[in-house]
Amino acid sequence: MKIVVAIKQVPDRDSQVRIGPSGRWIDEADLQYAMNEPDAYALEEALLLKEKHGGEVIALCAGPERVAVTLREALAKGADRAIHVVCDDLAQRDALGVARLLAEAIRPENPDLVLTGLQSEDLGLGQTGVIMAELLGLPHSTLILQVEKTETGLKVKRELEEGWFQSIEMPTPALLTIQSGGNKLRYATLLGIKRAKTKEIRTVTVADLGAEVPPTVLLERVALPQKQKSTQFLSGSPKEAAAALVEKLRFEVRVL
Amino acid sequence: MSGVLVVLEERGGRIGRPGWEAAAAARQLAGADSISAAVLGAQTDALAAEAASGPFAKVLRVEHPLLAPYTADGFKLALEQVIRAESPDFVVFPHTYQVRDYAPALAARFGQSLVCDVVGIEPGPVFLRQLMQGRLAGAYRPQSRPCFVSVQAGSFRAEEAQAGASAAVEVFTPTMSGEQIRTRPSEPFRGSAQAVDLGAAQRIVSIGRGIRDAANLPIAQDLASALGAEIAASRPICDLGWLPMERQVGSSGQTVAPKLYLAAGISGAIQHLVGIKGSQCIVAINKDPEAPIFEVADYGIVGDLFEVLPAITEAVKSAGNP
Repeated sequence: MKIVVAIKQVPDRDSQVRIGPSGRWIDEADLQYAMNEPDAYALEEALLLKEKHGGEVIALCAGPERVAVTLREALAKGADRAIHVVCDDLAQRDALGVARLLAEAIRPENPDLVLTGLQSEDLGLGQTGVIMAELLGLPHSTLILQVEKTETGLKVKRELEEGWFQSIEMPTPALLTIQSGGNKLRYATLLGIKRAKTKEIRTVTVADLGAEVPPTVLLERVALPQKQKSTQFLSGSPKEAAAALVEKLRFEVRVL
Repeated sequence: MSGVLVVLEERGGRIGRPGWEAAAAARQLAGADSISAAVLGAQTDALAAEAASGPFAKVLRVEHPLLAPYTADGFKLALEQVIRAESPDFVVFPHTYQVRDYAPALAARFGQSLVCDVVGIEPGPVFLRQLMQGRLAGAYRPQSRPCFVSVQAGSFRAEEAQAGASAAVEVFTPTMSGEQIRTRPSEPFRGSAQAVDLGAAQRIVSIGRGIRDAANLPIAQDLASALGAEIAASRPICDLGWLPMERQVGSSGQTVAPKLYLAAGISGAIQHLVGIKGSQCIVAINKDPEAPIFEVADYGIVGDLFEVLPAITEAVKSAGNP
């Protein structure tokens, strides 16, 4: 099975995000970046399928130079090669624009399966996979926890709301967006890290892909969220704060 | 082009609350323009009759045997035809798992990007949604029409949509054939038997990534037993297998409405917050004063949960049994 995994590099969840000087995006200076966690689950699923059925896993990522680190991490975990779509203005593109870039990078590979995480941890649009399927003319399914190869294609387990699931059968080639938690994520081994250094990362430019279109939706402002409630903060030492809280819970909220 | 089309979603044979909330958002967008609603399925008479009580000029029964059960291919095909026939300026959806599965591709067929997960609408219109797991808010302005929008659960008041005159009901029969539906879904099934009904719990101690390691769980469990509370968690904790999936609170887990919800080390991504909206009192403990959980908390303690939780356990114990 030839599998392409589309991966995003996102600000590390423990790094402090600040609004940038333009007020239209975050300040990217001094940020730590990491592999988007749902995409890490998509990569894990791809590696498991390859171990079971053979084939090739290709990691794909769009972004500036720094995303090569994330692709190298995917290679160290076991991806065979990588494609880097060099793009310095990813945040200014809408979901359709980003999906077009990725879809054009995938098209010449003719994979049996395209996997990606269900959403990114920065924008959280949850659309890239579904739009790529549309652009590539592939059947798709979202929020997938398990993937099984059948004689005619795939059988997948899809998460529904409120603890329900369903299984879905579909032909290949196909695209799936992977929900987190279906598998246990692996770590890169020392040998894997060493091997990754010799694996190919092919770079393509936005111009090569010919997928340049103006955005249909503009992110024109980022701001701090409005508070929905006025939180009463309890200060002091942990002991003092705890005592104040228990006092409130007993005599004001009356839940104790 | 004019007007707003709302795509209602069926839940257990009725128009679900998310659909009515989308209708409320549509009212805000429509101004003096008219609103149409679409219900989709193999048999839609009952749904359409229910929808006709909404604020709509027209209810479209988009009906075809291939529209049940739901498939992304079927809904894309049918709604593409509806939108081409009706030419609305705005198409509004509830932001459900089902909508997430097909609406981005439907919008792409019109050369558009779905503005998803919307929590507010400003004049323009400009749509507000969360970024960075709720740590920032983004304002999005669509550049052309039709504009596709999905609204986050709980952001618009369903009650505001239900007052309306009786709408005209029309049948719309899309053209589609079996080979265009490429996926074969099974009947939905439950995961493991739900041994824990967090929805009925009066007190809940819930933990997130801040707990750092499964070995640290006892400090939360100690507090839960001192409070007589159930233990619960945000999704990552259950993904890691530190607590069973049935203890997960949020849009993919259980929805809770306790008297006391104590969230420790949970940053408060929107998927978690939608599951705890019904709580009477939310207490948040987090080392990051900017964590979005504090936007919904009644009481907050900024600090290290490894110090704060044991201190609360002690304080509860010395205050006597709850």
